[in-house]
Amino acid sequence: MNALKIKKGATSHSAYNLRSTFSDVVEQHTLAVLVDNEAGVLARVIGLFSGRGYNIESLTVAEVDHTGKRSRITIVTRGTPQVIEQIKAQLGRIIPVHQVNDLTVEGPSVERELALIKVEGSGDKRVEALRLADIFRAKVVDSTHTSFVFELTGAPDKIDAFAELMRPLGLVELARTGVAALSRGGEA
Amino acid sequence: MARQMSGAKMVVQALKDQGVDTVFGYPGGAVLPIYDEIFQQNDIRHVLVRHEQGAIHAAEGYARSTGKPGVALVTSGPGATNAVTGLTDALLDSIPIIVLSGQVPTFMIGTDGFQEADTVGITRPCTKHNWLVQDTDDLPRLLHSAFHVATTGRPGPVLVDIPKDVQFATGTYQPKPKSSDFRYQPPLKANPEDLTELVAALETAKRPVFYTGGGVINSGPAASQLLRELVEATGTPITSTLMGLGAYPASGDKWLGMLGMHGLYEANMAMHDCDLMICIGARFDDRITGRTDAFSPNSLKAHIDIDPSSINKVIHVDFPIVGDVAHVLEDMLRIWKARGRQMNREGLAKWWKKIEGWREVKCLTYKNSDKIIKPQYALERLEALTKGRDRYITTEVGQHQMWAAQFLRFEDPNRWMTSGGLGTMGYGFPASIGVQMAHPESLVINVAGEASWLMNMQEMGTAVQYRLPVKQFILNNERLGMVRQWQELLHGERYSSSWSEALPDFVKLAEAFGAKGIQCSDPADLDDAIMEMLDYDGPVIFDCLVEKHENCFPMIPSGKAHNEMLLGDASTKGAIEVGGAVLV
Repeated sequence: MNALKIKKGATSHSAYNLRSTFSDVVEQHTLAVLVDNEAGVLARVIGLFSGRGYNIESLTVAEVDHTGKRSRITIVTRGTPQVIEQIKAQLGRIIPVHQVNDLTVEGPSVERELALIKVEGSGDKRVEALRLADIFRAKVVDSTHTSFVFELTGAPDKIDAFAELMRPLGLVELARTGVAALSRGGEA
Repeated sequence: MARQMSGAKMVVQALKDQGVDTVFGYPGGAVLPIYDEIFQQNDIRHVLVRHEQGAIHAAEGYARSTGKPGVALVTSGPGATNAVTGLTDALLDSIPIIVLSGQVPTFMIGTDGFQEADTVGITRPCTKHNWLVQDTDDLPRLLHSAFHVATTGRPGPVLVDIPKDVQFATGTYQPKPKSSDFRYQPPLKANPEDLTELVAALETAKRPVFYTGGGVINSGPAASQLLRELVEATGTPITSTLMGLGAYPASGDKWLGMLGMHGLYEANMAMHDCDLMICIGARFDDRITGRTDAFSPNSLKAHIDIDPSSINKVIHVDFPIVGDVAHVLEDMLRIWKARGRQMNREGLAKWWKKIEGWREVKCLTYKNSDKIIKPQYALERLEALTKGRDRYITTEVGQHQMWAAQFLRFEDPNRWMTSGGLGTMGYGFPASIGVQMAHPESLVINVAGEASWLMNMQEMGTAVQYRLPVKQFILNNERLGMVRQWQELLHGERYSSSWSEALPDFVKLAEAFGAKGIQCSDPADLDDAIMEMLDYDGPVIFDCLVEKHENCFPMIPSGKAHNEMLLGDASTKGAIEVGGAVLV
């Protein structure tokens, strides 16, 4: 429980909490990066972010085209517009990167994250946790007499809100996948 | 025509197919099969260096002086880690080199085997791209890709890590594919509408300036030719970074000299006061811009670069143009001519008048002496005595490097090899070896400081073994001159660890290696001594004992703007304020 120091009202949690050197308005962007699924490609992307001092709020990666050996990396990052442009340009320089799309600026998109939330307790708290889970349309995927594991899918804000509500009810552990995102509409 | 052969043989075959004639390297356990193949052929010369860092810098020197990629071969573990400085140097200066490293066999990777290192992990941030070869059948494709990636778009270093079992195993060789067969194809041509807008801005500008860099050199000789044509036709003043010297000839009347921290007064003032700055293949490095919020405050800025990530990285520009310098300049010239070859001639005439006033300052003036050799004087004499010769210059890093950039004059591209971005002391000597290998009949001089030179002095063995008549022109002030200068300006004249004690006798050192040593300390003897160096057919260490406390001027102090540059010793006290002191 102590390991989970989620600040009240927080909507995101940074893997790298680095101070920005720019004083302009900081924006959050979701980038979709299509890469060759080859050894070390994730290390190249992560190394770029750590080496140049960019933020990673969330990162997911998985192969999306088995025959073409392509993976899709979805990165949520923060920075001034200038920094965001730099990040996109720097990602574009990586040789196995095919395409970089900024879902935040290229029209509407859907973002979803999956979380597993373990809540431990009994009596009223246990009932209340179950009731809230129902409201959030979280599924119970494991239960004992004293605990539940809920599965919840939604935008990151929704997961933040649910975790916040579970905290006084006995939240013991939280696992999140990070954001997966696609643009809305019929075009790739 | 696919052929079966061992991985080691594929390496040699791929190098031949790529037109490689010289490889710089050092053998070891994990590359023995490749060395065995090199032994059994005569098309590729192998130059045995004395340290792997030397191999990489030599390959860089070869690449920069020929425009072709340089190739180095090193063993696993320490061989690869010794290559890291050279790889980083080539990355920051965008030099195309291919480094082949041996690796422990694939089944031993991850076991901390003898001479095992995670070479692709270590070199990932210091290469443009790198590969670990897992299968002999993949090797030819990856080797050809390595050459394509290193030389296409913004050039850079690549590394191919080849485990020993992959070298021994037999596979199918694939010949060199067409360049267009590779997926990696950065666009070369810029959008014509963007170029038309830029040309329109140039036509009306009152105070335009071209600010060029290493990208012009990297783009090839055509880029330098087109740049000259554009400068002459439009009458626009031109300055260049350290990396771009020679793209426009120093004898050209539009030449303002180098700009930046130790650049010329007229160049920096023109940058500060211009109304249109056209940056061609340069990257607004901190040595160029000084304080960014005071950088050329009243100008429109254009940036031509093949790498989109260079644009708007440091300085916001009004005309971002992504493309290859030669292609862009060709299109610009065509558009400008088609639109009627207009310029704001009246404005330009006034602008040149202003520039003439700055030139009158004669910012490179120094106080000469008849008792002791001033480093500037040594370089003036070197310039005078080698002018017009088929000459290539390399340098180490420090004061001597800046003086060389100021006092030597370059008429052509690919004649000047210096570590610009990384500032690698120890670069110049091995680079001079690489240049001399590529140009055996030419005069190759490494302008050095004694401290930098000692960092890779083991390469004397290489120079002597291959009878490379490289001239090591050492401006010996028994100091780490640039460090000492900064300590004087910034750290209350407390010269912490910035003098060279226990220096070798350079003449005896040369003789110990079987080379020639010359020492000179009297300005009156300097010309004869330089001529003796030039006339000697073999490697020479020239120990030029110079003034120990000379500072390099002009200088833009850290955290200051272009128009706040220091011109001489008088004004140096307290020149760098607290805010500037944190900058390097």
